[in-house]
Amino acid sequence: MDTSVIGGCSPEAAICTRGVTRDFPAGQSTITVLHGIDLDIRAGEMTYLVGESGSGKTTLISIMCGILWPTEGQVRVFGTDIYALTDTELVEFRLANIGFIFQQYNLIPSIDAAANAAVPLIARGMPVHEARERAIEMLAKLNIADQAAKLPRQLSGGQQQRVAIARALVHAPRLVVCDEPTAALDARSGRRVMDLLREVAVADDRSVIIVTHDNRIFDLADRILVLEDGRITHDGKTMPEDH
Amino acid sequence: MLWIAIRMLTGDRTKFFGLLFGIGFSTLLITQQLTIFVNLIQRGASGVYNVAEAQVWVMDPVSRTTDVSYAMPSTALERVRGVPGVEWAVPHIRAQASVRTETGDLEGVAIIGVDDATLIGLPRRMLEGSQEVLAQPDSVIIDDVGTTNMFPELDSPLGQTLELNDQRAVIRGMADAVPSFTSTVVLYTRYSQALRYVPGTRNRLSFVLVGAADGVSPEALAARISEQTGLRARTRDDFAQDGVDFIIENTGIPFNFGITVFLGFVVGVAIVGLTFSLFIRDNIKQFGALKAIGVTNRKLIGMVAAQAGMVGAIGYAIGLVGTALFIHGFSSNPTFKGFYLPWQIPLFSLVGVALILALTGWAAMRSVLKAEPAAVFR
Repeated sequence: MDTSVIGGCSPEAAICTRGVTRDFPAGQSTITVLHGIDLDIRAGEMTYLVGESGSGKTTLISIMCGILWPTEGQVRVFGTDIYALTDTELVEFRLANIGFIFQQYNLIPSIDAAANAAVPLIARGMPVHEARERAIEMLAKLNIADQAAKLPRQLSGGQQQRVAIARALVHAPRLVVCDEPTAALDARSGRRVMDLLREVAVADDRSVIIVTHDNRIFDLADRILVLEDGRITHDGKTMPEDH
Repeated sequence: MLWIAIRMLTGDRTKFFGLLFGIGFSTLLITQQLTIFVNLIQRGASGVYNVAEAQVWVMDPVSRTTDVSYAMPSTALERVRGVPGVEWAVPHIRAQASVRTETGDLEGVAIIGVDDATLIGLPRRMLEGSQEVLAQPDSVIIDDVGTTNMFPELDSPLGQTLELNDQRAVIRGMADAVPSFTSTVVLYTRYSQALRYVPGTRNRLSFVLVGAADGVSPEALAARISEQTGLRARTRDDFAQDGVDFIIENTGIPFNFGITVFLGFVVGVAIVGLTFSLFIRDNIKQFGALKAIGVTNRKLIGMVAAQAGMVGAIGYAIGLVGTALFIHGFSSNPTFKGFYLPWQIPLFSLVGVALILALTGWAAMRSVLKAEPAAVFR
C-alpha cells in the first residue's frame, strides 16, 4: 500500500480527499454533484457532514468510504489511496478498516442480534461461535447483551440501532461512517447513541464521520462540515449562524 | 458467510417452503412421469421377458415384435433345428381371440401356445397351480393381471370355464407374468391346444424359440440362423429392444410424456425463479449492506449458491421420496405391476433440478452482483 504523503495530505489525516469530483449522467448531459472537494478528516474526532438533501453529502461519504468511484480526484484513508486498489483489495480494505451504520440499519431479519453484529467477523472468516461471542461482548458495551438472541423484528428501533452500531464496531475499524444515526430516535435516545459512539469509536487512531440533519446533536460534534451544492461551505466546531 | 446465507433463507419460511415445493414438485413430476414412461414402454418387451429360457427368437422376416408377427409354415421349426449350434428349438404361437366367460362377458385375450413337451414359453413363476396342469385336457393358465381384469371379484380364477372359439377352456393355473403394454388378458396353453383355440389358417407358427449349444453365443447363433434359413432371428435382448422401439416409434407416448416432463421443468423454473427473485428482492438491501461492509462478490456468489444448493438438495430429496412412495403405494395395482425406478431417472431429474437452479440462481446472482453498495446510503 502506498502511504506516502502527496498533494498536501497530512500523514495524521484519517481521510484526505484532493480534487474529488463526481458527475452523474442525466439523460444526454451530466450533473456534477461534487466540485473538487479538498478535505482532511482528522483521527480522534467526531466529524459531522451536514447539508440539505441533494447537497452531495451522501455522494461524498460514499466516495470517502470506498463504495463509489469519484470521477476525478484522490481519496486516501489512513494513508491508502483507496481507488488505486483493485476491486478485491478495496473490498478487503473496507472490511478491515471501515464500519458502517446505515440509516435503515439493514440488519438481516432472519438472524439474531448477536449474529447480525458478528457479520464483519464472520465475513473475515472467523468461526461463527467465536464471532458471536465477540459480538455479544460488543453488545454488552452497548448495554443490550440481554437482547443478543432476539431477531431484529423483536427489538425496538433504538435496540436495532445499537445492534447496527455493534456490527459497525465489532471488528475494531479505524473509520466509522454513520448515515443519519439518530433520525429514527427521540432526542434522549439520539444523544445516548452519540455518547456511545464517542465512547467506543473515537480514539487517537480512529475517526467517526456522521452524516446528519439532526440539529439536536450538533453540539456533540468535534467538527462540522457544511456541504452546499457539492462544495464545502463551512468548516468549524459549531454550525454557522445562518443554518 | 454460508451459515448466514442458509439462515437468511430458512428464516423466511414462506419463501423457503415455496422454493422447496417448487423443486420438490418439479422433481416429482419429472421423476414420476419418466418412471411411468420407462416402465410402460418396457412392457413392449414383456412377451420376451416372460420367456426366460429362449436365447434366440426366430420369426418371419416381416415380424417386428411378439405382438406384431406374421405366421410361418410349420416347416420353419425343422429348418431352425437343422442349424449348427442350436441346442433346442420349440414352436411358439401367439394369437388374439375372444372369450366368453361363465357370466356371458366377452373379452379380447392373447392366446400363447407353448411347447407341449417342454412347456418352454411359460412364465417361470406360478402364483396358483403348477405348469403341469397344462397336461390336463382343455387347460389354460391365466396371467395374474388378466385375472384382476377378467375376474375382479373372485379370489381365485381356478376352475373358471371359458368359451374360446366354441372350444371349452378351463383355468387351472395362474402365472406371475409381466403384463403386456395393453394389459391384455393372456391365456397360456399347450401349442397343440392353441391351434384348436385360434381360427385356422395355413401357417400358424408365430415364433421358434431357440436355445444355443454350449460355447455358442446367442448373437452368433442368431446371425447363423438368419443366414441359413432366411428367417429373422433376434437375440433375447435385441428382440426385447425391438418391442420397446416399436412403441416409441408407433405411439404418441414419448411425445406426451415428454411434454409432461418439460412442463415439470417449466413449473420448476417458474415457481423457483419467481420465489427466488422475490427472496433476493426482499433482501437486496441486506446484500447491498454486505457488499458495503466488505463481503466480496465471490462470497456473495457462494451465499446464493449455498441457498440454491440447499433448496435443491432438500427439494430433490422430497421429490424422489414422493416418487418412491407413489411407486410403493401403487405396487399392488395391476396397472403398475413390476414398476421400478431405474437409476438413470433420478440422475436425469438431478440434471433437471440442477438446470432449474442454475437458471434461477444465475438470475438471482445477477441481481445481487448488480446491487450497488452505495445504494445503502440512499
